[in-house]
Amino acid sequence: MPTGGQGLLKERVVQPSSRRQTTSVFGNLDWFTVLIYFVLVALGWMNIYAVVYSPDNVVNIFSFDINSGRQLTFIATGVILMIVLLVVDYKVYEHLAFPIYGGIILLLLFTLAVANPVAGSRSWLDLGGGFRLQPAELAKFATALAISKYLSQVSLRQQKMKDQMILAAITFLPAVIIILQNETGSALVFGAFILAFFREGMSPLILIIGGSAAAIFILTLLVPKLYLLIGIAALMGLAMFLDYRLMRRFKTMIALFVLVIGMVFSVDYFVNDVLQPHQQNRIKALINPEADPLGYGWNVTQSKIAIGSGGFWGKGFLEGTQTKFDFVPEQSTDFIFCTIGEEHGWVGSTILIALFLLLMMRIVYIAERQKSVFGRTYGYCVVSVIFFHFVINVGMTIGLAPVVGIPLPFFSYGGSSLWSFTILLFILLAIDANRNRELVR
Amino acid sequence: MNYLENRKYVIQAIFLAVGIVYALRLFYIQVVDSSYKQAAETNAIKTVIQYPFRGLIYDRNGDLLVQNTPVYDLMIVPKEARNIDTLRLASMLDITMEDARERFKKARAYSWVKPSIFQQMLSTEDFAHIQDNLIDFPGFYINARTARGYPHQSLGHALGYIAEISPKQLEDSTYAGYRPGDYIGKAGIEMAYEKYLMGKRGVKYKMVNVRGIDKGSFKDGAYDTLSVAGQNMVSTIDLDLQAYGEHLMNGAKGSIVAIEPKTGEILAYISAPFYDPNLFTGKDYGKNYMTLLQDPDKTMFNRPIMADRNPPGSIFKLTQALIALEDGVINPNTTYACNKSLVNCHPHPSPLDLRGAVQHSCNPWFFQAYKALINQGKSKNTFTDTSLGLKDWREHVLTFGFGKKLGIDIPGEKSGIIASTDLYDRVYGKNRWKYSTIYSLSIGQGELGVTPLQMANFMAIVANKGYYVTPHLIRSIGEDGKPLAENYERHYTSVKPQHFDPIIEGMAEVVRAGTARRANLSKVGITVCGKTGTAQNPQGPDHAVFVAFAPMEDPKIAIAVYVEHGKWGGQSAAPIAGLMIEKYLTDTVTIKEQEKWVLSREYLNIKSK
Repeated sequence: MPTGGQGLLKERVVQPSSRRQTTSVFGNLDWFTVLIYFVLVALGWMNIYAVVYSPDNVVNIFSFDINSGRQLTFIATGVILMIVLLVVDYKVYEHLAFPIYGGIILLLLFTLAVANPVAGSRSWLDLGGGFRLQPAELAKFATALAISKYLSQVSLRQQKMKDQMILAAITFLPAVIIILQNETGSALVFGAFILAFFREGMSPLILIIGGSAAAIFILTLLVPKLYLLIGIAALMGLAMFLDYRLMRRFKTMIALFVLVIGMVFSVDYFVNDVLQPHQQNRIKALINPEADPLGYGWNVTQSKIAIGSGGFWGKGFLEGTQTKFDFVPEQSTDFIFCTIGEEHGWVGSTILIALFLLLMMRIVYIAERQKSVFGRTYGYCVVSVIFFHFVINVGMTIGLAPVVGIPLPFFSYGGSSLWSFTILLFILLAIDANRNRELVR
Repeated sequence: MNYLENRKYVIQAIFLAVGIVYALRLFYIQVVDSSYKQAAETNAIKTVIQYPFRGLIYDRNGDLLVQNTPVYDLMIVPKEARNIDTLRLASMLDITMEDARERFKKARAYSWVKPSIFQQMLSTEDFAHIQDNLIDFPGFYINARTARGYPHQSLGHALGYIAEISPKQLEDSTYAGYRPGDYIGKAGIEMAYEKYLMGKRGVKYKMVNVRGIDKGSFKDGAYDTLSVAGQNMVSTIDLDLQAYGEHLMNGAKGSIVAIEPKTGEILAYISAPFYDPNLFTGKDYGKNYMTLLQDPDKTMFNRPIMADRNPPGSIFKLTQALIALEDGVINPNTTYACNKSLVNCHPHPSPLDLRGAVQHSCNPWFFQAYKALINQGKSKNTFTDTSLGLKDWREHVLTFGFGKKLGIDIPGEKSGIIASTDLYDRVYGKNRWKYSTIYSLSIGQGELGVTPLQMANFMAIVANKGYYVTPHLIRSIGEDGKPLAENYERHYTSVKPQHFDPIIEGMAEVVRAGTARRANLSKVGITVCGKTGTAQNPQGPDHAVFVAFAPMEDPKIAIAVYVEHGKWGGQSAAPIAGLMIEKYLTDTVTIKEQEKWVLSREYLNIKSK
């Protein structure tokens, strides 16, 4: 049990019968993770202020007239939320995983039925009094719980076709409803659970094929088709030359190549003829933002200019000029990373990336020390969601990922997003704090 | 170990790979590739500040006290100011070559690209001349602004002035939102009501490219804000009365404070020597300010609220009598003989009751009354008894607004001094002082310091028979014209109303047949109640004091006149008060002989006793 020096010492002295370290959930809490959480939240809050800060019209950071003031109330409510999550009997999360999941599915359907479209999206539930909720955000932790519960009952490697179908359905049912709500970005997040499946025994082939397909998809858009095909052919030839076993499967390789050709052309067709215009634009913006800098390339261009102008050290807190006045739209939500890039430069951006890596590594570590499959799987689900958000959100601001409107965890402005990630993370910490009560592995 | 557990390394490797790729990509964008920095410059937004109109100030009759006049600042952007004919520029602005070079240096030190002021507050005539020649001076432009203007020459000390915000203030977080070159109230009403008067600056955002060429308003002005004018306010000052008072005090030193007793509204606020507030506007502001600051008569010393070192003299006898009545140690009919062996006095009938003692300002009478008040026999030890008595007395005195700041709505007020047991313990030692040590307090001398404002406020208390409203200069702010509630709170003294009647009757006698007959207005049917005083001072002839209120039946004005080295309250201060009272109540002056007397300054030639 790698629980630090103190724990080891105790184990030697104390009799095995009284191994439970302390009964308090706060005593066993992984404070390191909590610390990173608060660092991210606080940095986010300051950057949200920086976005609205104008030297000609200074408003106090605590003022409720501006986002930073409102974010503070979201943070405060988040703290209450986390205390509730920690104090509640941790068994609830496992026992009630399916009922919670079911409830959220119903809420999603309900939202789809009654919601008034906000900017084309039917995902917001009006709670009255100016409060709105996005149930799609809650679907993340609910689905993570349901997946973990299902995998703790039927291991992936023992699963039959039918079980796998059920698992796929659990994963993608909320995604489908969310797509119907016109929130494709949020729906894509559910694909991230593939990382958790991989850890629980899914064939690595699927990860490789999935990865290759995504690479070919993006390359198709970036590189002229002919060059791409020649390149792939050359690569396959090289592989066969190096590995004689592949040479023997010459026909398979040819078939594979034909498949790739088919994919390249269908991607072209898919992007130009199947996708809706705004989706096309997001993908085109990724390929060549300069083509129409004031149109669909606006976000990416402005975001890169803002980040690029930050230089090595950045311009200093509140000194940014490019991330003000919505030069970059969605500045305090989806494009908050630009503010870091501009005001804190490469150093600040890299520190933030390091903070996220640290958090994700820590969650993996926490997941691995769980005794129950449920706890471990849930941990991996959490890290998958955070990872996906991180990759897409930061990637889109620097032109490495398509513009998908999803927030940077713990950092972006917004109550629904902050609370959703708080719930996601602190359920894991609650389970982790009680891990010593679990007897079975 | 489960072989699946090794997959965590794969997952961690993916995380790490993404992190490294992103960090490298950021390094490329932020450090290697400079094209984004250039693009950012073409993205620049130029903010154009629209200065708001500062609020206007009116007097109680609707006459304008403070207005705005247009002035023009010559601005410079050092980066664009190339090949400037400095000689021509200097002659155009009527400054020396060194001065011009100095200003260039200062502008460059502030910012290479941001505009700063090269010459501030050009008049309209200068502006017209310079505007024509500006074409030959790239990097220079004119910024129109407003400065303060005054259609009169009065009230400088109360109004205060505005000036460029100081570097020290800019660092202070209370002034967040101000920028270099902004104007801010530096004294008086301008400073105290800054947040109402300043208004809200407007900002226009313009897109400009690297060369500063205008590319139109940013996002169609979606983020522009309009400037909001500061709020106008109405003062309690009566400009006619103020100007008349300044006329009477012209050439003298001292103060006049006139208050409407029921409301605490200050009707006139004169600190002599006074200055024309117009001196503090325009480009010679700095020069004028230094001249006034250094003059030997201390013009910039705001006497009504800052001159707190001088004892009040005989007017304080009224306070002593009121407290003695309240404590029950005397009654209106108490008589004391004018025993000159106790303390010196001047010839008058004796013995006297309270009214007579007030009328004749009998020193021995108050010596004895104050002794009765201080030594009430609460302790057998005379030292302790004096100490206890002084302590109780002091508490009474403080309720009259003495010894503390009254809270007038302009900055700089001093609290004055009222003798305390601590003070005497420190000077003489505990239990080493008794009544014979402190008796001069009885006649308003000794360890007492009272500002002219506190004196006028004291008159308001007597006129109101027991309460005062914090004296203030601003009645209302903004369009609705509703009086500011916080300025109209009543403060009650510890003395009951009935005790004021004999005092007031004695004061009426002072003016009718006593020391202050020069303030008598019975000719026009006004009964003035007053009391003269003389404050000893080591620097020369005594200071003269006169406090009064009128009419006796329904007081409309309370006034304190303080003439430095005026020798006799009755000769110098009293006629000024009488003239002011008549001017305010009847709007005319009939006691012309008094006006002539005051303006002749002949009272300075009266031989001292």
